[in-house]
Amino acid sequence: MSHETAVEGTNYLNNGYSLRSWFLTTDHKRIAILYLFTIVLFFFVGGSFAVLMRLELMSPQGTLVQAETYNKLFTMHGIVMIFFFLIPSIPAVLGNFLIPMMVGARDLAFPRLNLLSWYVFVAGASVTLFALVTGGLDTGWTFYTPFSTSYSNTRVVPAMVGIFITGFSSILTGLNFIVTVHKMRAPGLTWFRLPLFVWSLYATSLVMVLATPVLAITVAMVAFERATGIGIFNPAIGGDPLLFQHLFWFYSHPAVYIMILPAMGVVSEVIATFSRKEVFGYRFVAAASLAIAVYGFLVWGHHMFVSGQSVYAGLVFSILSYLVAIPSAVKVFNWTATLYKGQIWFQTPLLYAFGFIGLFTIGGLTGLFLAAMAVDVHLTDTYFIVAHFHYIMVGGAVMGFMAGIHYWWPKITGRLYPEGWAKFSALVLFVGFNLTFFPQFLLGYLGMPRRYYHYPPEFQVLNVLSTAGASILGVGYLIPLIYLLWSLKRGKVAGANPWGATTLEWQTASPPITQNFPTTPVVTSGSYEFPALEEVHSE
Amino acid sequence: MSSFPLLPDQASANAGSIDALFFALVGVSLFFIILITVLLFVFAVRYRRGNRVDREIRRKDNLKLELTWIIIPTLISLGIFVWSSYLYFQGKTPPADAMEIYVTGKQWMWKIQHQRGNREINELHVPLGQPVKLVMTSQDVIHSFFIPAFRIKQDVLPGRYTTEWFTATRVGEYHLFCAEYCGTSHSGMIGRVVVMEPMDFERWLATSGNNETMASSGEQLFRTYGCAACHQEASSSRGPVLAGLAGSAVKLQDGRTVIADRGYLQESINDPGAKIVAGYSPIMPTYRTTLNQEQLNQIVEYLLTMDGGVAATARRN
Repeated sequence: MSHETAVEGTNYLNNGYSLRSWFLTTDHKRIAILYLFTIVLFFFVGGSFAVLMRLELMSPQGTLVQAETYNKLFTMHGIVMIFFFLIPSIPAVLGNFLIPMMVGARDLAFPRLNLLSWYVFVAGASVTLFALVTGGLDTGWTFYTPFSTSYSNTRVVPAMVGIFITGFSSILTGLNFIVTVHKMRAPGLTWFRLPLFVWSLYATSLVMVLATPVLAITVAMVAFERATGIGIFNPAIGGDPLLFQHLFWFYSHPAVYIMILPAMGVVSEVIATFSRKEVFGYRFVAAASLAIAVYGFLVWGHHMFVSGQSVYAGLVFSILSYLVAIPSAVKVFNWTATLYKGQIWFQTPLLYAFGFIGLFTIGGLTGLFLAAMAVDVHLTDTYFIVAHFHYIMVGGAVMGFMAGIHYWWPKITGRLYPEGWAKFSALVLFVGFNLTFFPQFLLGYLGMPRRYYHYPPEFQVLNVLSTAGASILGVGYLIPLIYLLWSLKRGKVAGANPWGATTLEWQTASPPITQNFPTTPVVTSGSYEFPALEEVHSE
Repeated sequence: MSSFPLLPDQASANAGSIDALFFALVGVSLFFIILITVLLFVFAVRYRRGNRVDREIRRKDNLKLELTWIIIPTLISLGIFVWSSYLYFQGKTPPADAMEIYVTGKQWMWKIQHQRGNREINELHVPLGQPVKLVMTSQDVIHSFFIPAFRIKQDVLPGRYTTEWFTATRVGEYHLFCAEYCGTSHSGMIGRVVVMEPMDFERWLATSGNNETMASSGEQLFRTYGCAACHQEASSSRGPVLAGLAGSAVKLQDGRTVIADRGYLQESINDPGAKIVAGYSPIMPTYRTTLNQEQLNQIVEYLLTMDGGVAATARRN
């Protein structure tokens, strides 16, 4: 409380209103806000592509767009959502805002590098968008060769250049987080006192730094082959098409963990705060993040069971894929056990965290189907895959993002969101999500291939259900957009710590002052030591 | 909108065992989903804030619990892994007497060549009850040959042969899909698989063919393009002798030894410089632009049948 009065009136938001004070800022909190605006924009751009696809798929024959356009839509939906929303979402917004605060630091280790990574991100995104609006791209977000290098008539080279550039933003962010966690922790904040969000972002950063260069090399080689005709991937000019898939998935499978690990970190924080208990098995949950990051590098071949790779390689990738599932299961069990004998407070972030646990569990378990080679042969490249990864990425990563945005909204803006509307839209999202994607599991098992513009008429009922679900899902995303904007002016003033949370970011004002803390905090206990509830009520 | 199936047709010998594993996985999944959901709800309601219940935690030892939920899922996973890998290898190992049919994918159609010479586009006629092995390649991008009712799928790659096999168990017509995105009309690269009684299939072969087997078409191409000039025993030794080559081990100029399988034979026609046989000079020109993929398949088939000895075993690899 004393901290707040000392700095009354000034905070990171009202500390300068000029464009220059935003676009040349080195304050991690302001850079997080820049990222937030950018990625929310991309989320709705990517979402609008999905809307068009779902409308098209209401009928088995083409009605709304041409086949070429449909192919560009799913390609652009994938690229925008993965590279320009999901990968930067939690790390670049919430990670940027919170990691320095959670470790009791004034900023990230390299504030100017942090600003640079936003500019690099915007530059890469602009080049990619340029490719998308001047001809588009129809390769799928997977860019399989030799289609992308020799057969597609769309804007492959500029898109590759854009993604190449964007990758550096990920690498710089990851590097910044790693150094910050190693070197900038407040006195007394030992590794095993760190909030679990920091652990999971640390694991994520390792993946970003180690995997992203491989993607950069791969897309550079695609552009190179396409521009020069020198054979790397196309067998007609001496290349190997499977080499591309190995390189691509060597990045793109770990990329799944770049998307999901931060969401797991959010869930750990939310579960702890809203049950007023330390996360059960803290060390196991922290270690599970690292285990996922490491194992994640060893399972890329499970995307290639029918590709023509060696059956023995398939065997190894299959068993490693089962092993990577274990640390995820450990997390789910520990979160559940945390609730036991807790003080459960049903606020919106907790609803989203429950949504995450349920949907991520379904996404993870259906992953076991796909790791089973014999079953994967039937299911891969069908809608079962589409459903599975949307349960992970939307049901998991986006639900985690929504949980985090609601949980830290009072800290970021100083205002509370309207609880009733927020709970309502969480419910709408949950229902809409399941109605959209559950029918796709059935479609996949029935044999409907993904990326199909036309489809046999017997698949129509399930497709119409999915489209109906998508319209509900769309509403579920628009309501928060409206009430969160509304709350900026009209929301109740939050105070420093509306949830009674224990991590360091809640021990300073909301919104925080530019320096985060008036004096460097000294840590004397773990992150989750909750006082008895009576003390909170006396406030 | 006429029909609204929830389960796919089951029309191959392996489909049943794959479905059994699928439903076992559904069972395992349901168990864990229900377990987690029930625990979440029970804990959330019982320990809701303000509810006066006993919250004293008596035991701090979490290790046993942690080990339990590490070890049990690991064991279940390993069980599924073994089961699934067994089925997968079964699905990868065609019986020795399987009937071979060539498949060529191209944007955006499937071309089928039966060994008896019959050719089809976007249709595959097969006999009931007999193992069929598809020998597949692509002449442009990667495709994937997917027959949902048989639970089989295999990517079809340019520049190499991949295979898949099945034994059809029900007469009827089934969907054939391209499952690997291949460009504008990817979703138009579909067709039907027609499973017929063996008698009907024989009749179909006899009436729809041109009385020239793939191997004899290949032999004709072999002569037309003068391959014999360098590759016959009688001629000078400018090129390696081809009779008995298929399936044998070939020593290369660079010291490696490779097995002369279909992929090797095709590569040596398309890109003769890639693997030079020890003792020969790289003088053969490429036939990549001269021969189309179906002609290549015919020549490969001819080379496989050129000599009964080693070739007979090679056919199965």
